[in-house]
Formats: sequence, structure tokens, C-alpha cells
Amino acid sequence: MAEHNAEGSVPALRTDRLGRRYGRMWALRDCTIEVPAGAVAALVGPNGAGKTTLLEMIIGLLEPTEGQVAVFGETSRAGTAQALARVGYVAQDHPLYRDFTVADMFHLGRAMNPRWDQQVAAARVDALGIPLRRKVRHLSGGQRAQVSLTMALAKRAPLLVLDEPVSSLDPVARLEFMRDVMASAADADLTFLISSHVVSELERFCDWLIVLASGHVQLAGPADDLLAVHRLLTVPRAVPDAELPGTAIHRTDSDRHSTVLVRTDPVQLAVQGHAGWQADPVSFEELVMGYLQRPSAATTGNPAPAAQRPAASAKAVTR
Amino acid sequence: MFRFRLDGSSGVPPYLQLVHQVRQALLLGYLQEGDRLPTVKDVAADLVINPNTVVKAYRQLEHEGIAGGRPGQGTFITATSSPVPAQTQQDLRASLEAWLRAAQEAGMSDEAVTALIAAARHGMRKERV
Repeated sequence: MAEHNAEGSVPALRTDRLGRRYGRMWALRDCTIEVPAGAVAALVGPNGAGKTTLLEMIIGLLEPTEGQVAVFGETSRAGTAQALARVGYVAQDHPLYRDFTVADMFHLGRAMNPRWDQQVAAARVDALGIPLRRKVRHLSGGQRAQVSLTMALAKRAPLLVLDEPVSSLDPVARLEFMRDVMASAADADLTFLISSHVVSELERFCDWLIVLASGHVQLAGPADDLLAVHRLLTVPRAVPDAELPGTAIHRTDSDRHSTVLVRTDPVQLAVQGHAGWQADPVSFEELVMGYLQRPSAATTGNPAPAAQRPAASAKAVTR
Repeated sequence: MFRFRLDGSSGVPPYLQLVHQVRQALLLGYLQEGDRLPTVKDVAADLVINPNTVVKAYRQLEHEGIAGGRPGQGTFITATSSPVPAQTQQDLRASLEAWLRAAQEAGMSDEAVTALIAAARHGMRKERV
């Protein structure tokens, strides 16, 4: 992944052969990824893929079994105040104390975070029309999500990790939440890592993509570059994967023809044109879904022997 | 101020959609030299898209010589607009609409019309060579 460092800048996030084992089972293994500063990265994968394990190690809640996490070049030690201060976190269910008021939550945030910016926090909820004296349990789901995001922003951490931030919200609240995330991304020098199930919406939010399945990274990099090296090929059904120009990722067979997602060099593809074959650009959703449905989702760019794959963590992709 | 829109189902990458809209607005005279484009943050919030997409689109426009950034002020249109006067454009549009109506009455589908236009254009290009 050294090429992402071509400009010599320190990545916002880098994991190096990160792994976490529960008992004899590896929830995540050989996870080496990089997210450049200023990116909005999507983390996609089915349940049981190791997303939460990865996120918890990144935010410093969980100690890795092997490998390392570095945030802005500094290696994090799980549980240290310094590690926790550099990453803002919005958890999936927006866990706030139900009997606290918004002001109480901010008070807690100030007590726990040395760089807490009360002005940012107060101005944000004011702009959203959320009264400081309202109790958390009287807030709507969208408002709770916004208070969670406000707390993460007021912490003034340069890296923000959002775990399924909109999965519990209705479409309007979802849009308003993402609008604020996009505006904050433009405003400050922030880097976002957002895990999500809603693949179709990700293209407009994210410029960096990480696909995780069965405890291994399947695909990672700048979204535009990844789209550029993939094609959807339509070929006669008799053509085997081995004869295709590039690596077959996912194949759908119908009676006479097959549609195959291939990772390929577009230049080479143009030269190798066959009559009756068709190569189409791939959409963001087709790319992600292709990798998620890959038969033995495990080994792309990843040296782990097949025998070490966790068998039970490969839950079916249902959505 | 110019406003962008985004078509989620077009299959065209979002940054290219933004570039196309500026080019088109320039051709149609909706944007003119010296006009300021909305800030990256405004477009990101308005369309709920990644601000880097907007940055990429503005960079592409700069690369094409259509727009230029002025430090601390924003991004401005630098290209001169279409050399075709508004009246000529209006007349052309009117005759095109008349033609489209005739095609519709003849029973041509939208798809067939698009194909016919592409074929005619292709033919003209060949003549030129």
C-alpha cells in the first residue's frame, strides 16, 4: 500500500497485519489497510465479517492479538487516554444516558476529553433546534444520532469512526445526518471511517472503500481507482474463468451467456477484444456486491493460507 | 448562485456529472465568465455528497481551463461563454422541437430518435473526413 503515500503525507489510519482472535477463532486476520487524511472511507461487509472487531481496535477499545493500529503515524495502545483522544466514535445505537439532558451529556464530554470544544457542541445543537435542557429519552432517533455526532465532533479528534450511523434512522433523518457529516468533512481537516450496510448510498458519500468478508480484507483503496480496474464482462457461457482477461471475482451464469466481474487492466482488455464479448464499466454497488458474493471470500492480496480462515464467521450475506 | 443536481441512477460518476453541468450551463449561457461557483462545503451539504467529489470536479474544470480558484475567494468561471448568440440558440431549439414533434407523430420512440440523431451526426463526421 506504499503507493498511497506517494505525496509523503502521513495516513490518518494505518493498520498493519492486524488480527484479533477469540479463543481459537480469528475474527479478523492480516488486516493491512490505509486511509489517507481527509478521506471519507466506507467499511462494508456482512455481519460477522469482522467490522466491529476492526472498528473497536481502531478506536482503542479492543487490544489486537497481533499487528498494530497507527492513527496519524502514532501507534495506538488500546485503552490509553491518548489513543482514545485521537479518535471520535459514533456507535451504532447512539448510546447516551437516557436520563441525562443534552447539557449533561456535554458536561460528561468535557470532563472526559481534554480538547473538548463546548462552543462547537452548543452551536451545533442550537442550529439543529435541539434544546440543551431536553432529556435524552425525549429525543427522536435522528436527534439522538445528531447529539452523538456532535459529541464526536466537539471532541476535536482528527479521525472519526461511525459504526452504522444511519441504520436506525428514517430516510429524512438519515439524509440530514449525512448532510451534516459531509459538511463537517468539508469544513475541517477530518477523516471519516463509516461502516455501513446500505451499499447503494455509499458512492456519493465515500471516496475510499474497504470491503471486509470472513475476517479478511477483500478490497481496499481509492474508490475511483478500484472502479477503473474492474469491468463487467458478458461472454458465452462456455468460456471458463481461466480464459478471461483478468481475475474473475464473481460470475453469474445464464443459459447461453455469463456475466463476470473481473479485475483487469483496461488497456489489456481493449487489446484482447473478442467478437461476442462485451466489457462494461462497473458501478460502485456492482463492485461491492461482487466482492461480497465472491465464492471463497478470502484471499485477495492477502497471504493467509486457506486453512487459517475462520469457518464459522462466514455468515451468509443477506440484506 | 449556480446550483448542482445529482442523478443517482445515471451511472455517470458524480464528479463527472458536476463537470458536465458546468460545461452545459456555460454553453447555454446560464453561467458566464466571472461567475462564482458555490463553495465545496455548500455543494457537499446541498447534494449530500463527499466534498472530495466536488474538489475533484472543480480541479477537472480548472484543468480544462473552464474555472479557476482564487485563494480565499472561491472558484470562478474563467472561460468565455458560448459564442452562439441567445437568439440563434432559441431559433435552433424551436426548429429542433418542431422536428421532434414530427418524429413523435411518425411513431418514433425516444430511443429511435436518439439513435437517428447519432447516426446523422456520424454520417456528417464521415463527410468531413
